[in-house]
Amino acid sequence: MTRSRRAVTTVIALILTAIMLFPLYWMINVSLTPPHLLRKDPPNLVPIDATFAGYDKVIHEQLPYLGTSLLIGLGTVALTLVVAAPAGFALAKLFPRGGSTLNFILLVAQMIPGIIMAMGFYLVFNEWGLLDTIPGLIIADSTLAVPFGVLIFTAFMMGIPNELIQAARIDGANAWRTFRSVVIPVSRNSVVTVALFAFLWSWSDFLFASSLNRGGDLQPVTIGIFRYLGNNTQDWNAIMATAVVASVPAAFLLVFAQRYVAAGVTAGAVKD
Amino acid sequence: MTMSATRTPASADRPRDGEGAAPAVPSPGERRRAARRQQLVAWLFLTPVTLYLVLFYALPLWRNVDLSLRDYTLRSFITGGAEFVGLDNYREIFTDPTFPTALWNTVLFTGLSLVFQYSIGLALAVFFFRRFPLAATLRALFLVPWLLPLLVSSSVWAWMLNSDSGVVNSFLQTLGLDPVFWLTSPDWSLVSVILTNIWIGIPFNLVLLYAGLQAIPGEVYEAAALDGAGRWSIFWHITFPLLRPVSAITLLLGLVYTLKVFDIIWVMTRGGPGDSSTTLAIWSYRLGFGGGSPELSLAAAVANVLILIAFVFGLFYIRAQRKALRS
Repeated sequence: MTRSRRAVTTVIALILTAIMLFPLYWMINVSLTPPHLLRKDPPNLVPIDATFAGYDKVIHEQLPYLGTSLLIGLGTVALTLVVAAPAGFALAKLFPRGGSTLNFILLVAQMIPGIIMAMGFYLVFNEWGLLDTIPGLIIADSTLAVPFGVLIFTAFMMGIPNELIQAARIDGANAWRTFRSVVIPVSRNSVVTVALFAFLWSWSDFLFASSLNRGGDLQPVTIGIFRYLGNNTQDWNAIMATAVVASVPAAFLLVFAQRYVAAGVTAGAVKD
Repeated sequence: MTMSATRTPASADRPRDGEGAAPAVPSPGERRRAARRQQLVAWLFLTPVTLYLVLFYALPLWRNVDLSLRDYTLRSFITGGAEFVGLDNYREIFTDPTFPTALWNTVLFTGLSLVFQYSIGLALAVFFFRRFPLAATLRALFLVPWLLPLLVSSSVWAWMLNSDSGVVNSFLQTLGLDPVFWLTSPDWSLVSVILTNIWIGIPFNLVLLYAGLQAIPGEVYEAAALDGAGRWSIFWHITFPLLRPVSAITLLLGLVYTLKVFDIIWVMTRGGPGDSSTTLAIWSYRLGFGGGSPELSLAAAVANVLILIAFVFGLFYIRAQRKALRS
């Protein structure tokens, strides 16, 4: 391509990106628009008389929800890593009998629609006393990430040279030591990828929160937004301000962890 | 501890690591014991995930099947007992007028979402595959909609599609078109949620198909260019066929994900007005958790129909993936 044609391509790409990201711009625009201008026709394309009242409301009303989401997210990450990392190591390097059956079960588990899990969890948690609790939501949210986590860890740990593991063995390390001091440190990238996605999915969860935590004191931010939506007044300025704040983890991921994100999306689907 | 020290002929014969790599030649009995020990160690590492799958997958799923075969009422929560009614719940949902609507809406929602997500995603993947300034950055920005909580994207779209004050209708007006009652008209509610779902799904398709394009060796294109093939013919005769395995996986994964979609529809229309945007997932949720008296048994029956559909396509996906790995 010549230089001028490349420039034209970039301009087209910029326009396409702008169209794609317009809803995000609109979210920010509305979050800054004072309520009395929200119903103006035609709407203001830029926030004239910008107000931070919506964000003020977020800080006063949504902070507990955000804290709960953070807590559930971190819990989900911990549970997912504890369950998935050893499993990935065993499947990749220890040749367990029945390993391929387990792999198959994990693939199938990924496909179970959440509504089915929600219903089953509702009954089980009802008996275990986990309805409306944080541990209950952590367990439910982790089911979004554990099968994915095992698949990522298996794929990644397969790439660790056998020599490295044998060397640890010869030095007298047992399997657990090898896993802890050799395999985990060299698998740092996959740990980050799995942790990021586990957090993001748990942070975004609405289905489990709305079915398994209907009356709890501690509810995540998705429920906070949904409550606003359910209000008859429908204060869109505050709704969009909350939405902006709830998008922060995604934005953070994109800026600081983009390569892990792409790795996570393609893992399992395309083998390089 | 050097790498070369372990590359002895003994370990080369047995590339599998483990106790077998001991320097002395073991007797058959020792070897069997070592193998058994290795299995034990392997399954110790698999214990957490096995327990997890039993407690947090198998048990809820089983309870769901059990639930769908009983008549579970509010009283059952306290007493714990519920009458066994066999397939009555399934009979009831199959004869419910909502069933054909929900099934058809699920087909439309999934089918249309996939067709558009895939074709737009593919077009964008091919477009971004050309080298131009900012390509990588802009491609990364395209990921944002996929990373956002579904609840956030759906609320943004709900407001944009608002009949009176939405920016979409205001835009249509400047074009001289009549406003559309996106979320409140039975003719448009399904279109609205499909539009939103397409927007959310494009990044996923773009990333997977872009990775697929990267996997096609450059020489193929060079050879075609030498033969004087045009850009369009290269796409149809080379890129598209070579991309088939990745396309199959992308579409099937998209299908399994789209069948599950719940948040978008629930936030934007709650399946309404009437049943006009009710899919199987929405119907199941509405029966179980949608307010009013919970019909958990019926909800479970609907959910089990949905899982059957998901599994059928899920098996196709696994087959496609195996095939892609082999090639």
